[in-house]
Amino acid sequence: MLSNNVDLNAKIPNNVGLADDPKLLRALEKWLPSYLEWWHDMGPTDFEDKPVYLRTAVSVENDGWAHYEHVRMPDYRWGIFLNPREQASTIRCGDDAGKPAWSEVPGEHRNALRRIIVTQADTEPASVEQQRLLGHIAPSLYDMRNLFQVNVEEGRHLWAMVYLLHKYFGRDGRDEADALLERRSGDPDKPRILGAFNQPCDHWLSFFAFTMFTDRDGKYQLAALSQSGFDPLARSTEFMLTEEAHHLFVGETGLDRIIKRSAELQRLDPNGDVRNQGGIDFDLIQRTINYWFTYSLDLFGGEISSNAADFFATGLKGRYREDRLPEHRALDQSYRLPVVDGGRLVERDVPLRNAMNEVLRDSYITDCERALRKWNRTLEEAGSPTRLSLPSRRFHRHQGIYADHRFNPEGELVSQSAWDRDHGRWLLRPEDNDYLLSIMKPVYEPGKFANWIAPPNKGIEGQPVEFEYVKLHD
Amino acid sequence: MESPPTHATPVDFETDPSRYRHWRVSYDGPIATLAMAVDPEGGLRSGYELKLNSYDLGVDIELADVVRRMRFEHPEVRVVVLTSGLDNVFCAGANIHMLAASTHAWKVNFCKFTNETRCEIEDAEAYSGQVYIAAVNGPCAGGGYELALACREIYLQDDGSSAVSLPEVPLLGVLPGTGGLTRLVDKRKVRRDRADIFSTTAEGIRGKKAVEWRLVDGVYPRSRFREAIAGRSAALAAELARALPAAERRGIHLGPLLPELSAGRRRYRHVELSWDDNARLARLTIHGPTAEDVALLGRGAEAAHAAGDQLWALRAFRELDDAILHLRVNLPGVGVVLVRAVGDAAQALAHDHALTELRGDWFINEVIRHMARALRRVDLSSRTFFALGDAGTAFVGALFELALAADRFYALDDEDAPVQVGLSPLNFGALPMTHGVTRLRAHLHGEPEQLSRLGEAAQLLSVGDADEAGLVTVRLDGIDWDDDTRVAIEERLSLSPDALSGMEANLRFPGAENEDSKIFARLSAWQNWIFIRPNATGAHGALTLYGKPERPHFDWNRV
Repeated sequence: MLSNNVDLNAKIPNNVGLADDPKLLRALEKWLPSYLEWWHDMGPTDFEDKPVYLRTAVSVENDGWAHYEHVRMPDYRWGIFLNPREQASTIRCGDDAGKPAWSEVPGEHRNALRRIIVTQADTEPASVEQQRLLGHIAPSLYDMRNLFQVNVEEGRHLWAMVYLLHKYFGRDGRDEADALLERRSGDPDKPRILGAFNQPCDHWLSFFAFTMFTDRDGKYQLAALSQSGFDPLARSTEFMLTEEAHHLFVGETGLDRIIKRSAELQRLDPNGDVRNQGGIDFDLIQRTINYWFTYSLDLFGGEISSNAADFFATGLKGRYREDRLPEHRALDQSYRLPVVDGGRLVERDVPLRNAMNEVLRDSYITDCERALRKWNRTLEEAGSPTRLSLPSRRFHRHQGIYADHRFNPEGELVSQSAWDRDHGRWLLRPEDNDYLLSIMKPVYEPGKFANWIAPPNKGIEGQPVEFEYVKLHD
Repeated sequence: MESPPTHATPVDFETDPSRYRHWRVSYDGPIATLAMAVDPEGGLRSGYELKLNSYDLGVDIELADVVRRMRFEHPEVRVVVLTSGLDNVFCAGANIHMLAASTHAWKVNFCKFTNETRCEIEDAEAYSGQVYIAAVNGPCAGGGYELALACREIYLQDDGSSAVSLPEVPLLGVLPGTGGLTRLVDKRKVRRDRADIFSTTAEGIRGKKAVEWRLVDGVYPRSRFREAIAGRSAALAAELARALPAAERRGIHLGPLLPELSAGRRRYRHVELSWDDNARLARLTIHGPTAEDVALLGRGAEAAHAAGDQLWALRAFRELDDAILHLRVNLPGVGVVLVRAVGDAAQALAHDHALTELRGDWFINEVIRHMARALRRVDLSSRTFFALGDAGTAFVGALFELALAADRFYALDDEDAPVQVGLSPLNFGALPMTHGVTRLRAHLHGEPEQLSRLGEAAQLLSVGDADEAGLVTVRLDGIDWDDDTRVAIEERLSLSPDALSGMEANLRFPGAENEDSKIFARLSAWQNWIFIRPNATGAHGALTLYGKPERPHFDWNRV
């Protein structure tokens, strides 16, 4: 079985015994230069030679898994790590719940698993591509470092998925691994698979919203896959979750710091006009939340889905924290949700298995609501009368049963003409970019922060806020 | 799950462009674009939504109408670009929820009709020089790919996700029902082992590999797709224009048939269908051409054009076609159809001669091709047909094909009421059966000497001579007629309808198969069997449980 020992000195650091699997090692070593070439073309290339204070995974133990030091990004040790298992794994959900988990791909589920893995894998390089130019307008070295940390770890997550494709899916898997480096975010001809990963991420407000909302979808997808009956996938995604937590932290605290700063500027300005003070007004923040939250909701898939039912029934994908639930078959149960019927919303019961995407979306929304409460506390503490909110899950959807209808942020059906009239009040507008880019000038001095964002409460890994997280002038 | 009932409201097979809900047709000189944009709310029956350009019988009725009108109303069109009018999908195939909720008979008739439409697309290419090319601008699954397979060329958008697929076996436990498997290996000549992989891979194949495997003819990136399709269709149109006579073609309009409906009866101008549900018996009568009809043709092609859809040969066979479709789908209880062609034998013969004289004209060619398709619809109908050649009938030429298409031909041999049958030039190749041979050849498959004795001579025959020539099943005199035909009908009605459907389909097509006949034969023999097997439609079958929370359980025994 796989060892827990991490071979850090290998060309591809790993704890999966690559050295003992020469064929796989050869295949991955062949993929490595293509990956580096992709990173060079599509990553944060302009900062390639700058030492960044990065966290590198060096172990899979709960304590002390990461090591921090200044490294240049291309020298980052992208590696392959699976969480260790104390005992034999079992299938956690569906018809075969309780039976031993698969350590090899069952032929019956091969195509479905490959599709799940490719879809997850495709999001990892996509976000790096979306964010590749943001270093040029970073509000601080601290934030710039966080951006790059997120980027290299997305790269590592790609490695984790590519390892599964190479090891378990034969030639098809290798072809898919190659295709992951050929698609490009936002490219009309070779787009990334999922919608949100083709949306432009032109400035830091979008970056924070993306890491807050879209990466949080990633967390829930990974969590559902960590319950998979395909053991290598479960162990791989479990480990990815430890890294993903930081990305969510970057997004959630980033928006919190903007909100805090905007509240200060609101108080400072005689008319309470945040823009007048060069900050980001709450209306724009709210519209950003509306935009990215809803694009991220789409990523969970259809509300009523036969794929979701199949994935659950076959044990390929569980619910959030499936292992802590009392029951794992989800048969003869239903889920009630509002559907549009004859021009109005009516409640309908659908079989629970078919609603598994919605069940996962529920967990996600609960988590987002927690963050909203936190931001509103920040506003309260800063003495601002403003409060922010999440729009309805029906608002501004491009996938699922609500996509063919128009809803306002409260989730009420509205006419197409009402939508055409009002959507600019609810969502991002092209001129928002002009304003945001006008205030987002780079701040590269250690300890200094752009006017539109508050400093963090503390630095990284015990370092002070004014630490030189990225050495631009070595 | 025997709902919805098959003839809750009768299905109407007639439509016209002003009523289309699912297709948009646009014309640009020799190139037409046919965009599929299925209205999800526009299902023929309630209980399912036609999402992602999935289709039901109603969608296909419109398609069949488009294909037919393209030939008659837009003969100037050389290339038809079949594409999707939706952003995110080409076509997801037949609607699965509709299939899962349908009766067996409904599924069978649905598949049969869609197959006939796909064959009509190929027929238009072969005989009207109207070539369909599929511009697959999104995912293309199951019946969607089979629709593309009916086109001469298939181009796929290369966007990293659009694939062609036949997911029926792995996802639904059934077969592609519109000739997909046959066209893969016979028409596109995909290697059969690759076809095996393709047909068991639910997600399908995309990009260069789809080209390498000959599943498609080319792939283009999304940004260049429209331009590439426009280029290809223009080149093809130019090439076809060179091959076809340059005569200016102006289409004729196909007006509605407007049959007169009453209880147990559909009365058209030349055709009448009446039925008795309790007796499970229908009567189909077609009135032959008159002297006026013959005279009209004698005035030449221009006169025929002017008559347009009122031309007997077109009108009568459109009516026949509509009656057969009504019979198939709306009258499932009817087991035996008594067919009579009434009129004047000499006029019928003269008519076919006059029609054949004008064959070089594009419109007359279309009329004859259409007659052939309507007759093939009869061959492919799972009803017993007995042709009754009694007093007043004139089974001659094109109308004699109805006697040859019937399972039996009873003819009255009575001096007081002489009946004539006859062969016209149309019996010797213009109206082939699905498997490509004439009904005469199929009929005399075991008696080649009889066939050669008939030669290719148009002639009227007495019933006695016709019987001698092997053209009559049972020759009866006036004393026996009533009783013998009654007994034959009653006996027929007592036999198992399933066994009869199978037996008739086996006996109607003697001789070698071709691609089209394989498609229908495989459909009947395999798909319709799989449809009733518990592994597909039992309580735990894959088709039953598709989209439901439970997974299928198979009986693993091979049969």
